[in-house]
Amino acid sequence: MTDFLNIALLFIQYTVMTPSVRLQEMIRVIRSARTQGEERGIIQRECADIRSQFRQGDNGERSHSLAKLLYVHMLGYPAHFGQMECVRLIASPRYSEKRIGYLGAMMLLDEKQDASLLITNSIKNDLSHSSQYVQSLALCTLACMGSAEMCRDLAPEIERLLRASHSYIKKKATLCAVHIIRKVPELAELFTPSARTLLSEKNHGVLHGAVVLITELCERNPDTLVQFRKAVPELVQIMKGLVTSSYSPEHNVAGISDPFLQVRILRLLRILGHNNDTASDAMNDLLAQVATNTDSSKTAGSAVLYETVLTIMDINSESGLRVLAVNILGRFLLNNDRNIRYISMTSLQKIVQTDHNAVQRHRGTIVDCLKDQDTSVKRRALELSLALVSAVNIRSMMKELLIFLSVCPPELRSQTASGIFNAAERYSPSKRWHIDTILHVLTTAGGDVRDETVPNLIQLITTASELHCYTVHKLYRALIKDIAQQSLVQVACWCIGEYGDLLLKGECEEIEPVQVTEDDILDALETVLQSHMSSPATRGFALTATMKLSTRITDNVDRIRSIVSIYGSCIDLELQQRAVEYNALFKKYDHMRAAVLERMPVMDKNSPGHTNGDTSGEIKEPDTSKPKPVEAGLLSEPASQVCDLLDLLGGTDTPLQPSPAPTSTPTTTSSADLLDLLGGLEIKPVPTVSVYEKNGLSLKIQCDKQTETEVTVTLIASNSTQNDITNFTLQAAVPKSVQLQMKAPSGNVIPAHGLGQVTQTVLLNNPNKVSLKMRIRVAYSNQGAMHQDTVQIDSFPSAACQPSFSPL
Amino acid sequence: MTMHFLLLFSRQGKLRLQKWFLPLPERERKKIVKDMTTMVLSRKPRTCNFLHWKDLKIVYKRYASLYFCCALENQDNELLALEILHRYVELLDKYFGNVCELDIIFNFEKAYFILDEFLMGGEIQETSKQSIAKSVEASDMLQEVRH
Repeated sequence: MTDFLNIALLFIQYTVMTPSVRLQEMIRVIRSARTQGEERGIIQRECADIRSQFRQGDNGERSHSLAKLLYVHMLGYPAHFGQMECVRLIASPRYSEKRIGYLGAMMLLDEKQDASLLITNSIKNDLSHSSQYVQSLALCTLACMGSAEMCRDLAPEIERLLRASHSYIKKKATLCAVHIIRKVPELAELFTPSARTLLSEKNHGVLHGAVVLITELCERNPDTLVQFRKAVPELVQIMKGLVTSSYSPEHNVAGISDPFLQVRILRLLRILGHNNDTASDAMNDLLAQVATNTDSSKTAGSAVLYETVLTIMDINSESGLRVLAVNILGRFLLNNDRNIRYISMTSLQKIVQTDHNAVQRHRGTIVDCLKDQDTSVKRRALELSLALVSAVNIRSMMKELLIFLSVCPPELRSQTASGIFNAAERYSPSKRWHIDTILHVLTTAGGDVRDETVPNLIQLITTASELHCYTVHKLYRALIKDIAQQSLVQVACWCIGEYGDLLLKGECEEIEPVQVTEDDILDALETVLQSHMSSPATRGFALTATMKLSTRITDNVDRIRSIVSIYGSCIDLELQQRAVEYNALFKKYDHMRAAVLERMPVMDKNSPGHTNGDTSGEIKEPDTSKPKPVEAGLLSEPASQVCDLLDLLGGTDTPLQPSPAPTSTPTTTSSADLLDLLGGLEIKPVPTVSVYEKNGLSLKIQCDKQTETEVTVTLIASNSTQNDITNFTLQAAVPKSVQLQMKAPSGNVIPAHGLGQVTQTVLLNNPNKVSLKMRIRVAYSNQGAMHQDTVQIDSFPSAACQPSFSPL
Repeated sequence: MTMHFLLLFSRQGKLRLQKWFLPLPERERKKIVKDMTTMVLSRKPRTCNFLHWKDLKIVYKRYASLYFCCALENQDNELLALEILHRYVELLDKYFGNVCELDIIFNFEKAYFILDEFLMGGEIQETSKQSIAKSVEASDMLQEVRH
């Protein structure tokens, strides 16, 4: 008995069970795998089975094997060995095999595979098949993966089907034609005549396809577009029919009759009406009708309204119609559906420039959308709000934007901050408002602002000279509250350094008076210097500010001195260099300190050193920008700016005291220090050549090469005036890498009438073999008057002293 | 409504259907599927159904345990795309009777056949639900007639 049952079961299994069960059985087995490895094992077995099935040839099982393979392919496993099977199955006379074969072709073959060409013939045959469902398979596959070559081959067939067949095939042929045109644009002409007649079809599927085809033709060829403008009245009629038709269950979606077709027609009308008054006029009434009558309570209606709005805004519509469109968008903003709010804002964004006033009317709603939950909506609302800021509404808009900045998601903060800065720059009602706004942003979101903000703000502050007192007070108070926001701290330090004297004064009209002592200020700056939250750039700002205060405060200069000297041994190279140079400023160049650290001039917005595109976060101090090269010269600076320095030292504006020249003692170290700072000159040695002749004083120079790198330069000064020259001193400057040793001069009095000379020898060591240049400053008294002058020696043509040129 | 692709995937990111309307190499398709699943699955609830990805608009909607995700060109109507996705779900529902993810897993080829009656070359080919249902039914009948 059991044997019989077994046989019966087997019989049932192999005959009654449909093959798809076998596919489903495989799917079930695969899904039951507990691990990735187990699944891979099952897949491997199945693929082996499938391969052997393919090899067996026609056995009625091929379509099921291919179906299994397609499933395996969807899981992500390779299935290329099935490509030829698709080709074979497509050629089969059986519909079931064709169906899966074509599906396989669409999934496994693309135009880049060679196998795809092999199915061209099958497709050609199937296009003329007696069964429309077979024709449909061929059309669908061609439209999905047909290559340019296949399209060229089969285009005439498709064109024939466009005209001859009934609607089921016509609609598919139409979309196939669209695909062909996309692949082979030259074939557009082939389909243009038929496209026009298709518009008179009643079948919605065909009509829809026709509209798509005409849209494609018009987009590709301006002449065709002109031709199809004549179809506008017809399109308007069709649309009217859809909008005013009675309920048609076949095409109804939420009360809208065939929204898909309506949207497509509206889009075609947009293209035809663009930049053309006649066409735009012809569709004006229709658009107004659709805009007013379409029920937008469901997505389908909203989709149609949305397309209508896009069309109205893109053609030459009457202003009344445009206002209607913007109002629709405004209504969309209040819609409960988040999607509708979102697309409303993207549309408003596109028209905010051209229809600014109309959009302004909805500003309130847009600003409210800043509070929406959805980040995409928030982002759109932000962009729109920034676009709507104007001189009229700047104050109220800024209030909203600042509130938004404090609560917005982190990914929007830097965009908001930059937007606020731009708006403030264009429309600030007053400088004080502008500064306040920037300060507010820095306190709220200082970490998200761009690097240029700090120099920009500093520049702005310098121009608002009447607000210096107010600004420095505000910044000081912000600083003592919180030193975490680097941009804020940097600006605050700069201001305190620059306007510290105003801070100490205590009173300021626009802010409540608070007594600030010198110690308070120095405490604040020292806190910044020592805090681990301060970035290296920030500490640089703080150190320089501290130094600047040395000329603005009176009592605590010693404290500053000690701070500066401590940082002389700081590990951070930048700070160390600054501290060492400030130290030098205290020690040896104290006479220059006041001039070096005096108040900065108003910075011109477009001056070359103004904005730093420095993205590394290292913000160079505005101190080092070119407008004030004096400070630049003596602080950290590149060699190229030294010449500026020396020009000034050469005696144009800033009166500098002559350096105490210990002429009777070998002057080595002091002049060498000065020269190190002044580095960047070049020397070319010269045999006895006169280099300077003025007011009776003449200076000659001769040079002698000792070794490859050592040169001895002798300076000879003589006096042809009536009186002796006394207190004669020479100073020399050479390039940085050159070592200079000035020997003691022979004397510091040059007798009159050329009766005597003063010579001074200078030993130069040029290890890097740079091209030598020398700048010499002479200082002397003659007839009780002090004289000072500078001479630069750049060309020393001499065989004896030819420097070997080496790149620095 | 030039759709570039249509994907169906589960909440765990498993692909259930992929229809490509543009020729792309296999490697790129896999990458796109990965990008889409990552992007869509990481969306928080109560956010809108539209995304931007490269120069395309992505429209997605979740139906029970399946995400329907399609890519449109920039001038296409997103709201209509939502309607297209919904229409496809309705067609599946009509065919399978209260469709669920398992139906689509075990009868994936049917899901493709239905889709191929609704969309073609990235465009809508038929706007009538009945018409599509009739065509699919007739094709199924033809398939049953063996030999």
